[in-house]
Amino acid sequence: MAEVAMMRAGERYRQRMMRKTMFVGGALVFLALAICVDVGVGPAWYSPVEVMTALLSPDSVDARLAIIIWDVRLPVAVMAVLIGAMLGIAGAQMQTILHNPLADPFTLGISSAASFGAALAIAVGVGLWPSGGTFFIALNAFVFALGTSLVLFAFTRMRGVTVETFVLVGIALFFTFNAMLGFIQYQSSEAQLQQIIFWMMGSLGRASWTKIAICAGLLALVVPLAWARNSMMTALAMGDDRAASLGVPVTRLRLEMLACISLLAATATAFVGTIGFIGLVGPHIARMFVGEDQRYFIPVSAMAGAVILSAASTLSKAITPGVIYPIGIITALVGVPFFLSLVLSIRRETWR
Amino acid sequence: MSLEISGLRFGYGKSSLFDTLHASPFRRGEMTALIGPNGVGKSSLFRLVAGLLKPTAGTICLDGHDTACLPDRQRAESIFLLTQHTAMRAALAVFDVVLLAKRGWRGGKASNEDIAHVEEMLDLLDIEHLSDRLVSELSGGQQQLVALSQALVRDPQVLLLDEPTSALDLRRQLEVLTLVCKVTRERKIVTFAALHDLSLASRFADRFVLLHEGKVAADGTPEDVLRDDVTGRAYGVKLEVDRNSKGGLTVNAELSAA
Repeated sequence: MAEVAMMRAGERYRQRMMRKTMFVGGALVFLALAICVDVGVGPAWYSPVEVMTALLSPDSVDARLAIIIWDVRLPVAVMAVLIGAMLGIAGAQMQTILHNPLADPFTLGISSAASFGAALAIAVGVGLWPSGGTFFIALNAFVFALGTSLVLFAFTRMRGVTVETFVLVGIALFFTFNAMLGFIQYQSSEAQLQQIIFWMMGSLGRASWTKIAICAGLLALVVPLAWARNSMMTALAMGDDRAASLGVPVTRLRLEMLACISLLAATATAFVGTIGFIGLVGPHIARMFVGEDQRYFIPVSAMAGAVILSAASTLSKAITPGVIYPIGIITALVGVPFFLSLVLSIRRETWR
Repeated sequence: MSLEISGLRFGYGKSSLFDTLHASPFRRGEMTALIGPNGVGKSSLFRLVAGLLKPTAGTICLDGHDTACLPDRQRAESIFLLTQHTAMRAALAVFDVVLLAKRGWRGGKASNEDIAHVEEMLDLLDIEHLSDRLVSELSGGQQQLVALSQALVRDPQVLLLDEPTSALDLRRQLEVLTLVCKVTRERKIVTFAALHDLSLASRFADRFVLLHEGKVAADGTPEDVLRDDVTGRAYGVKLEVDRNSKGGLTVNAELSAA
């Protein structure tokens, strides 16, 4: 410790940044491992060597194995990572713009709106895009989720873009959509009710390469936008006035970020249903390890979300052989012990 | 070369706070104390000057240019407001937030000069030992020192300090105001500080501005303004002012008999 005390503050700052960069690298390796395990686990048992061979050169293994790996397991594994990352990023941004570590992507009613949209499609067959085909339910959920954000935008026009406006209107939307969802559930048949509930539990079974492409495309759009606003968002974490004193256009930034969050959360929910917990806990894990400097906070939130969902995906297949449980149920079950063990084991002074 | 406030009008909702507020120019290299009872609009005036609030009428000019015409970012580069509440809950290290203030949310890597400047400022305010700590873990006084180093590291033309010493101990109050005075003279900046300790203020400020009932009620040297019939009346107290051996004024206030 003696030489640390001798070092200048700037040198210690550089070291801290270096440590954080290395942490990001380590997390990437960890994530890659999680994906491999996820692909390796499934109802049919294959050795790790067989799985790796099928992944690296699909032509050299038998067709059955190649299909299982490439068309069944890999889409689920990749989807888990993408959705986890999307929810982690959206949660980190939501916590920053609302100055509240208890916020998550669904704080402002996006998930209940999506559930209502999906229920409407399932029970009544009413879609806003009737020719949606396989995307019928997803599109409905997406449109309703995005619609709530537009309502939120409209309210901020009338009442000003403050945290209070966001939260109050968000709560109002949450209860409104929950009530309407209850109404639909009460009216629908048993089969429809079952479908609605299964949809809401969240499932990666609906993964496909098309959906993966859409998610990846969305991330490719949102991540550079968010990255360009990194230091503004770090300044915002210090408080509205502090950020404004530095010349940060606080109102505009908050609305831009809300647009990003809405797109991410609406897409994630539309494709896999409501998966809670990740958007709340991913950013917390990131905050513990790298603090709220957005250059590290956002990537680590994304990776923490991805790792948790990937692990949940593995576990959902492993608990009962031959049964794949809905991912929404498993996420909290695997996430909570992991999260609590982190909270208990990490010393206070390393929380940065 | 100065800051000028003329014809400023502003209010929250229907209630008016300032009605055509004028002040003679604030010259560079001069430290002004802004005083007045609670709720008189000291913080609002600061926020108007910093551009965080927009006046309904009137102008604030810096060196002859209307600050309302400047883009947010450019205004923030020349005018810095240290707000009253300096508490930060963010999980950011002290060094990081001061560097952020220095770099003003430019992207990319911090240059060696930026880092050296932040080091120098932490040394000046004697908080170098806190540089790795999270701001959220610091005491109120320590947070205020961090906020001050954020203000000074930006090297602004106009420095607005809203009760910059409210959480500091006796020694720190003197150190901070001495440093602010030195910087004001050396860098020729316009410094404007809201201070509640009038005796302390009289030792450091060249000029006093008393806000009362939406107007500048008095403006001048400490002796001109710190008088029972001027400041005493605005606060509704009996004021006794004596010149002390330290070159300042000793201000004693009593509740005036009703």
